[in-house]
Amino acid sequence: MTNKVILLAEDNANDEELTLRALRKHKVSNEVVVVRDGQEALDYLFRAGPHAARGATQTPQLVLLDINLPKINGLEVLKRIRADQRTRTLPVVILTSSAEERDRFTAYDNFANSYIRKPVDFDQFTEAVRELGLYWLVLNEPPPATRPKTAI
Amino acid sequence: MKAPRTTIQRKLVLAIMLTSTTALVLTGAVLVAREASSLPQLVERELTTRAGILAANSTAALAFQNPDDAVQILAALRTDPSVVAAALYDENGELFATYPKDVAPSIVPKKFGGAAHRIESAHMVVRQPVLEGTRLLGSLYLKSDLRELDERVRTHALVVLCAVLGSAGVAFALSTWLQRKIARPVRLLAEAAQAVSERKDYSIRAQAVSDDELGILAESFNEMLAEIEKRDIALRGSEGRLRQLNTELEQRVAARTSELESTNRELEAFSYSVSHDLRAPLRSIDGFSKALLEDCGDGLGEVGARHLERVRQSARQMGLLIDDLLNLARLSRTEMRRERVDLAAVGEEVMASLTQAQPERRVEFVVTGDATTDGDPSLLRVVLDNLLRNAWKFTSKHPTARIELGQSGNNGRKVFFVGDDGAGFDMAHASLLFAPFQRLHRQSDFEGTGLGLAMVQRIIQRHGGRLWAESAVESGAKFYFTLWEARP
Repeated sequence: MTNKVILLAEDNANDEELTLRALRKHKVSNEVVVVRDGQEALDYLFRAGPHAARGATQTPQLVLLDINLPKINGLEVLKRIRADQRTRTLPVVILTSSAEERDRFTAYDNFANSYIRKPVDFDQFTEAVRELGLYWLVLNEPPPATRPKTAI
Repeated sequence: MKAPRTTIQRKLVLAIMLTSTTALVLTGAVLVAREASSLPQLVERELTTRAGILAANSTAALAFQNPDDAVQILAALRTDPSVVAAALYDENGELFATYPKDVAPSIVPKKFGGAAHRIESAHMVVRQPVLEGTRLLGSLYLKSDLRELDERVRTHALVVLCAVLGSAGVAFALSTWLQRKIARPVRLLAEAAQAVSERKDYSIRAQAVSDDELGILAESFNEMLAEIEKRDIALRGSEGRLRQLNTELEQRVAARTSELESTNRELEAFSYSVSHDLRAPLRSIDGFSKALLEDCGDGLGEVGARHLERVRQSARQMGLLIDDLLNLARLSRTEMRRERVDLAAVGEEVMASLTQAQPERRVEFVVTGDATTDGDPSLLRVVLDNLLRNAWKFTSKHPTARIELGQSGNNGRKVFFVGDDGAGFDMAHASLLFAPFQRLHRQSDFEGTGLGLAMVQRIIQRHGGRLWAESAVESGAKFYFTLWEARP
């Protein structure tokens, strides 16, 4: 579990801290890389700009993506993740305040793996983050790093 | 309009010609018949006169027994070719002289005798005594050929025939001219009527060319056309006005629609921002209050911890309010479906989830009557979810409860209801029941946002129905609703 990096794309410092707090509380010891806007998220994922020098081991295993992000909107980030061969299968969980049908539809339409609405109640929020970490980092088997020869 | 099989001109000419020709032919026939019957008498009279003159001239020749003189006198008949033969007889009736002198013996009788006048095989015969005073000297016999008579009758008939034909010709010319005078107005009227019916042009007028009944007809026809034209113009005018009104209405509807669309877009943007931007600070308030409790709980003391719990509770309450407000706003925007819905089944599901959340409660759920209807399944689920959740909530202070979902027919219209035997409310405040944020109970007694029934009301209205309630304090509440009252 320690090798797996979580990329948290969140521009609200309070939400960021609460999310990290919730993760820590449930002993999720994975490294969490925080990016504050959509552009930075893409730079990190595709090793561009200030993140060009990051190591290959730093490749995230899970992306927690807010929708309301500066510069590039979270849904647009998702679209570009899915459009790129390198990140096409990367698990992306939308973590947002929005319960708009429009957003939910667009997210799933672009193959988001989950859509979690951040509850106002911090107890519920903590519980959601716990289940999220447990599921995606422990229970869920990620896709292999390279394409098997026998894959159809 | 098709061309007539026969024209009125032809009919008029035919009528006039038939009438005049019949009259002419009859007149001619009468004339010829009269001529044919009167001619023999005329010939006989002429012949008798001539015989009288000859007899008077012959007295001397007979008295002096001079046959040569007699022949001489009879020879005067040469001027009349119709006289074929003549003879004089003496007082004894013996042949005395003849004309012509050597006449065939078969033509004149040898002895005098017989009737005074008679017609003998195409000849007229006249016998005349020759007298001197009262003494009979002899007799005269005259034989005239009647063929000349026939000739005269034939000539006469021919003249009459020519007159008839000539008159008929004149009659034809006259009738042709006359029929033009009569038929022309009729033709003009017919042409005008045809033009009106073909071109739908009511400004056409028939030309009034006669002062008789046809003239009156044309005038009446024109008056009628004028009236139709007036109405046609009025009709076109109102049509134009109607079209204009319609266009204006369409423009207004379009303007209103675009206004509504823009309002809707603004509302959507507003909801979106409410959903995102109002909830984030609330989450921080609740989250950091919790963090404060966890990290610095010891320093806060019991009172501080209680205060912070209140802060958290308020934040959560506001979270619920925001969610309900968003739901209420969304209700007006979502498109409605219309399907068969079994409210009883939906009610069972809602009750199942409520029971699951609070399995310790002892609540009896009863369904009565046929609770199927047409409507939007997800919206009707919101209705039942709110009503049953309310019933569940307001019976929570009682050890046991009974919640009923049912339908009671009312004049063939279905009336659905959700009833409970819980806290109820004072009917004096019933008018506030469905207003947003209006609550009839204290938050400390029963929690709520005051938006649930407003939402139910909105959904029932969108289904063309009515919502009302009956209750008394501590005797439970019963909420009734109908659907599709406005539309069938």
